Amino acid sequence: MKILVCIKQVPDMESKFKIAGDATWYDSGDLAWRMNEYDEYAVEQAVQLKSQVGDADLTVLCIGPQRVQETMKKALAMGCDRGVHIADDEPFKKDPFEIASIIAEFATDKKFDMIFTGMQSQDRGSAQVGILVAELLNIPSISTVVDFAFADGKVSAKRELEGGIKALVSCATPALVTCQLGMNTPRYPTLPNIMKAKRKELLSFPAADLLKVEGKQETAKVYFPEKKGGGLVLEGAAGDLADQLIQILKEKTAVLA
Amino acid sequence: MKALLVAEYRDGQLLASSYELVAFAQELGADSAMFLVGSDSALPQYDGTLHLADSGKYSEFNPAVHKQLLLDVIAKEQPEMVVFSHSSYGWDLAPRISLALGAAHASEVVEIVDGVPVVPVCNAKLRRQISAKTDQIVVTLQSGAFGLSSDPVGTPTVEKIDTDTAAQVEFGGYEEAEAGGVDLSKAEVIVSAGRGIGKPENLTIIEDLARALKGEYGASRPVVDSEWVDHSRQVGSTGQTVSPKLYVACGISGAIQHLAGMKKSEYVIAINTDKDAPIGEVADVLVVADLKEFVPALTAKLTA
Repeated sequence: MKILVCIKQVPDMESKFKIAGDATWYDSGDLAWRMNEYDEYAVEQAVQLKSQVGDADLTVLCIGPQRVQETMKKALAMGCDRGVHIADDEPFKKDPFEIASIIAEFATDKKFDMIFTGMQSQDRGSAQVGILVAELLNIPSISTVVDFAFADGKVSAKRELEGGIKALVSCATPALVTCQLGMNTPRYPTLPNIMKAKRKELLSFPAADLLKVEGKQETAKVYFPEKKGGGLVLEGAAGDLADQLIQILKEKTAVLA
Repeated sequence: MKALLVAEYRDGQLLASSYELVAFAQELGADSAMFLVGSDSALPQYDGTLHLADSGKYSEFNPAVHKQLLLDVIAKEQPEMVVFSHSSYGWDLAPRISLALGAAHASEVVEIVDGVPVVPVCNAKLRRQISAKTDQIVVTLQSGAFGLSSDPVGTPTVEKIDTDTAAQVEFGGYEEAEAGGVDLSKAEVIVSAGRGIGKPENLTIIEDLARALKGEYGASRPVVDSEWVDHSRQVGSTGQTVSPKLYVACGISGAIQHLAGMKKSEYVIAINTDKDAPIGEVADVLVVADLKEFVPALTAKLTA
């Protein structure tokens, strides 16, 4: 079985963001980078599927600048067999259709039986790329999956809907699923596996080699939302803050009555 | 300008979120038509053409078939804009449509400024304006970003639609959310734990504060996904929707999915080390502090 998992490197969302010079993205300096949270579930599910079927080959793919290789090494340490780094210094300038087209162009002749992606990225959050890849490859896709099972060449999945309801959906492989948070428990790479990952194959080639389409949209502007205001901001020592807050609760709410 | 609104239907019911699409079209001053895979027995209150496919025949979740039904209607109506909710149905179907149309596609639109869709970036810390290079555009709307100013009225002119496209997936019905646990919707005070609690051991300080305020404790999604708190206590779009007199958000950044579940609270206090966290947008008071110090201090003074 051939499995592909597509991941993205994103900034830690707790970071202090700054707007880049041309105001079309955030400034990439002074940020801590990590694997997109949704993709951690995708990698874990791919690794679990590999161990379930035994005879499987698992490729992890990532588009981005040189630094994304650090995130790819984590995926390799979690259990992926090989890495494909599609080098692009400014992937945020490509729209979801272009990103998906690059992945589909890479995957088209590789005959992957299963493809996993995150349901969305934490930074751009379009929730489009996984489904677009499947559509471009003309294979079925199931999005927003919180439960995945594979048996007899068939995928049985549960999609998460609003209100905590789940939809039961199944399809034949080859197929693609986009992974929702909570789908499994992503493993922490062990030290021996981190060492082993350093020797795994990690190919890199330029995105331009795989990009054969033109984008449909571009970012006009990125900016901080206006503070709606109204909220009171309290800062200071914990004890003083507690006194202030209790006073506010007494004045503004009836909960301490 | 013409917009085609993709209404939603689940388990025999039209979803009320469909009216947010109507409100959006009204705000834009656009002509509209509506598309629904649903049933005669639950029609939207809407003055306009409703292109209706039978969910009994085509199933409530069947992307390849719904896609073809919708593409046929788009070919007929020629809308400049195809509008979905940014929901499990909408974000699944919309990319299939934008790809087939070769159209631009803006996800989770929160507003339109001078004709340009605005979407959140980085957990709503930033905003992004998307300019389309195509004549047609597909948009999905953030839940709650647009609302009708009055109750929906009207009777649609129904046009039945059909297709013989083959399905790619099989829909096997729904699994209800786990019953039991705590009904947070009735709590007058809720103290919720977010990722900022750091480790499961710190949950006790949240529980202690909830007890001191005679309320219940809840949690945001990451805390539930980590299995530190049972899903029955999750507040947000995939958990419970609450409206207590007081909501205390401890270490919760304020992702839209969480805000959807608690923004009707009467009074909101957020405790966060990050002054720029989006939770500050809905908080009446933002306490900038380390919750591990502040929460026990507050509990001690409340119980003294």
